[in-house]
Amino acid sequence: MPQIDVRPLLEAANRIILGKEHSLRLALACLIARGHLLIEDIPGVGKTILAHTIAQLVGLEFQRIQFTSDLLPADILGVSIFDAEQHSFRFHPGPVFAQLILADEINRATPKTQSALLETMEEHQVTADGQTFALPSPFFVIATQNPADQIGTFPLPESQLDRFLMRIELGYPDREAERALLMGEDRRRMLERLAPVLQPQDLQALQRAADAITVSPRLIDYTQSLLAASRQSPDLRNGLSPRAGLGLLAAARAWALTDGRDYALPEDLQAVFPHVAGHRLRIAGEERPVPAETLRALIQSVKLD
Amino acid sequence: MAHPGPISASRQPCQLWLLAMSALTLAPHAPFLPAWLGMLCAGLIIVRATQLRFDRLRVPQLVVILIALATAIGVKLDFGHFFGKDPGIALLAVLLGLKLIEVRASRDVYVAVLLCLFLLLGLFFEDQSILAGVLALAGFVLALCTLLSQQDAAAPAGAQLKAAASLLFQATPLFVVLFFLFPRVPGPLWGLPSDAFSSMTGLSDTMRPGSISQLSLSEAIAFRVEFDGAPPPPAQRYWRGPVLTRFDGQVWHPVFSPVTDTPQYSVTGSGFGYRLTMEAHNRRWLFALEFPDRAPTGARFSRDNRLLLQSPLHQRARFELRSYPATATGQDEDQHRLTEALRLPANSNPRSLELARRIADDATHPKEILDRVLAEMKTLDLTYTLEPPLLGTHSVDEFLFDTRLGFCEHFAAAFVVLMRAAEVPARVVTGYQGGEINPVDGSLVVRQSDAHAWAEVWLPQRGWVRVDPTALAAPQRIESGLTAALPRDGDLRGLMRPAADLLLSIRYHWEALTNAWNQSVLGYNDEVQRDLFKELGFREPDWRLLSTLLGASAATVLLALFAWSLRRHRRGEHLDRLWQIFCRRLAHKGLARMAWEGPIDYAERAAAAFPREARTIRMIAHHYARLRYATTGKPDQGALRQFSVLIRSLRFSKKTDDDRKPAKS
Repeated sequence: MPQIDVRPLLEAANRIILGKEHSLRLALACLIARGHLLIEDIPGVGKTILAHTIAQLVGLEFQRIQFTSDLLPADILGVSIFDAEQHSFRFHPGPVFAQLILADEINRATPKTQSALLETMEEHQVTADGQTFALPSPFFVIATQNPADQIGTFPLPESQLDRFLMRIELGYPDREAERALLMGEDRRRMLERLAPVLQPQDLQALQRAADAITVSPRLIDYTQSLLAASRQSPDLRNGLSPRAGLGLLAAARAWALTDGRDYALPEDLQAVFPHVAGHRLRIAGEERPVPAETLRALIQSVKLD
Repeated sequence: MAHPGPISASRQPCQLWLLAMSALTLAPHAPFLPAWLGMLCAGLIIVRATQLRFDRLRVPQLVVILIALATAIGVKLDFGHFFGKDPGIALLAVLLGLKLIEVRASRDVYVAVLLCLFLLLGLFFEDQSILAGVLALAGFVLALCTLLSQQDAAAPAGAQLKAAASLLFQATPLFVVLFFLFPRVPGPLWGLPSDAFSSMTGLSDTMRPGSISQLSLSEAIAFRVEFDGAPPPPAQRYWRGPVLTRFDGQVWHPVFSPVTDTPQYSVTGSGFGYRLTMEAHNRRWLFALEFPDRAPTGARFSRDNRLLLQSPLHQRARFELRSYPATATGQDEDQHRLTEALRLPANSNPRSLELARRIADDATHPKEILDRVLAEMKTLDLTYTLEPPLLGTHSVDEFLFDTRLGFCEHFAAAFVVLMRAAEVPARVVTGYQGGEINPVDGSLVVRQSDAHAWAEVWLPQRGWVRVDPTALAAPQRIESGLTAALPRDGDLRGLMRPAADLLLSIRYHWEALTNAWNQSVLGYNDEVQRDLFKELGFREPDWRLLSTLLGASAATVLLALFAWSLRRHRRGEHLDRLWQIFCRRLAHKGLARMAWEGPIDYAERAAAAFPREARTIRMIAHHYARLRYATTGKPDQGALRQFSVLIRSLRFSKKTDDDRKPAKS
């Protein structure tokens, strides 16, 4: 069992973001699984607040980058400026040098800028002027994109979407939660008062604990069945990659950890599956992401012994 | 060889197993091989061991070929021929040694293993004792280890041994079937020319001074006897062998005796029933207790009142007999045989003849002469010893008057000569006297060291009367055996000293075990097999029936083993069966698990449907989830049992049943 309990963290987060326990837990699992998170939703449902809350609670250094069409890679990564005193160029790190990055509306930037960030996510380092600069650790990116807004955007291609471990949607809060939100204090002010529940080293301990979660051979069988089903489904353009399979297991482990277990269950896999698989799959013959029903049908088509 | 190249480190374990297997296979053959051959094999094994230690040592192919040729020539010279088991085994042994030093590819390993298996089988040609069986088994395990390490060199030695033992264990049912059903062939299978039945220890059909004392050094078992009731006292345990009538001054020979189906005597007194298991001695004599009433199958009576087999005894055999020690024999002995029993060589033993004539001078009755001769021998102060001095031409004279040291054959011979010189018919009888009761199984064991020579004199009206002159000097020999009869400081081997009680007890146990082995394992011959099947209700058991039974049983055993292995394979899924029972029970209640549903989700759904049983249902599901998904190995047996109890503890209350269809369970 992990020595660090994640429940107080979730409880604290739930006090800020009302009625989104599941999404919060997924976001936290994504963080524990060392993956990056993509939030796809309309503005105003609390994407920024969510990122901020997590950063605050875990005590991570937070940076927000608002993506626009004129944003350049150097605006993210940093630039080398000539230092007149030293007669040499000096690298000035960009906003990407933080532990938690919120890349807001990532689909507004040009593909060049997008890929600058995505490559950094993959490699955990920045290379500028032949020099390599390591990013801080942990390094966690929460990117958001607005699916409804199609004008003047550059939707992320599939190959780039693969860099995100999970994609979640926040959606409207339910009536009760919204009422509490409307009646309650300003969230931003609450955030400022929020004390960290975990230290960054605690997060690393959690990540290690997730690595140690038992995945039985039977669960591997089940994972493979799910992967095979995605590859054989006539509804899908192509199936899940081996990387997606690894991501599934990592996410399921982290999910089990947030449930306080030291072993993963098929339920864990089923819980994370739509969020790990959704953005990696496309409906056959269309440029449309798979709807949630198709993913649920896919899970239900795989027999669990 | 076709695949040269140094032995890589990864193949080393296989090579070590191979070496161990070969050493174990060859070692028990050593006593049966000519000395030079045994030494050659040992040398080849040492060469191999050195090769494994120092990788670069290579024996040139030419040398190997030359050794092989030289061995072939040597075998031909030593045995005179190539056919037969002994030269065959000798050649195989050297071939194994030679193969060993040139093993390179895995093919060579297979050849060496095959040779070893042949040699292990060949051991039984020489020795069918328990020890040989154990050795063969050990060799077989090593052979299996060799083959296993060929497949997986990385596995530790303990694991290989365990795997080999497990394979052997799995073969046990098949082995039992083969033992009982394989058609037995009467007689030894390997009766091959000339070298079959070569030399064996045992009584010979002639007697010269020293021939029996030589035998008394051998602890080998001559035969075993199981009496139906109490055995006769030691002084009556005379096991009759060759009767020696003709004397040429040095050597005693038997005279021709015709055989008949019935004895020449009629038995009197009380009888002793017994079963006699005789070791092979390659002679026709059956050493029965004096005197049996009827001949067992395959044996007949000779004119000199002993049992003769129709053919030499080449393998251990068992006889049912009944003897009457008090029987009188030879009252109506014909004159011709009595004359034979009076004949003495001319110019031999003058001093003894002189003595006898003096004794018999004024005697009126042969009985009187007998008493006087015995008394006279007593006064001569003869000493019983295992190591009598060598005697010259007049052996009886020298024994009686000069050395006065002798073993039973000296006493018997001297007595017979004296009696004959006094005109009383007498003859030497050889055989065994006494025997030792094994306290472990109560059987009487008669050893070669119990070999004995005594005498018979013919008295009018009484016939042949047994006289044991050895008793004059050493009465204990007759009463309690050889060990007691000899002086304490006699040069006897440690085992024969009574002090070695522990060793003696070990020997008793070992011999009881050997006897059991002989009787039940080796004694399972064609007759016993036939009887067994007759008892099982097969009227005419022939080899066709046996083969059919064998095939059917072997197939059954193999199928059973196969089924067992399948079951074993599925045992890991015991947990699944339990879980399915639980799911079925809920399904009967109208709540089937979805094919894709995980255990906890299912339990939550069920708990919602059956709130009264919710606690148990959740416990079962969590138990299952933990057993199934919390471990990467097999579930623990104890936890499985607990789980099964938990499932059985699930009872649906009546109220919940009412609104659902009635449950079957």
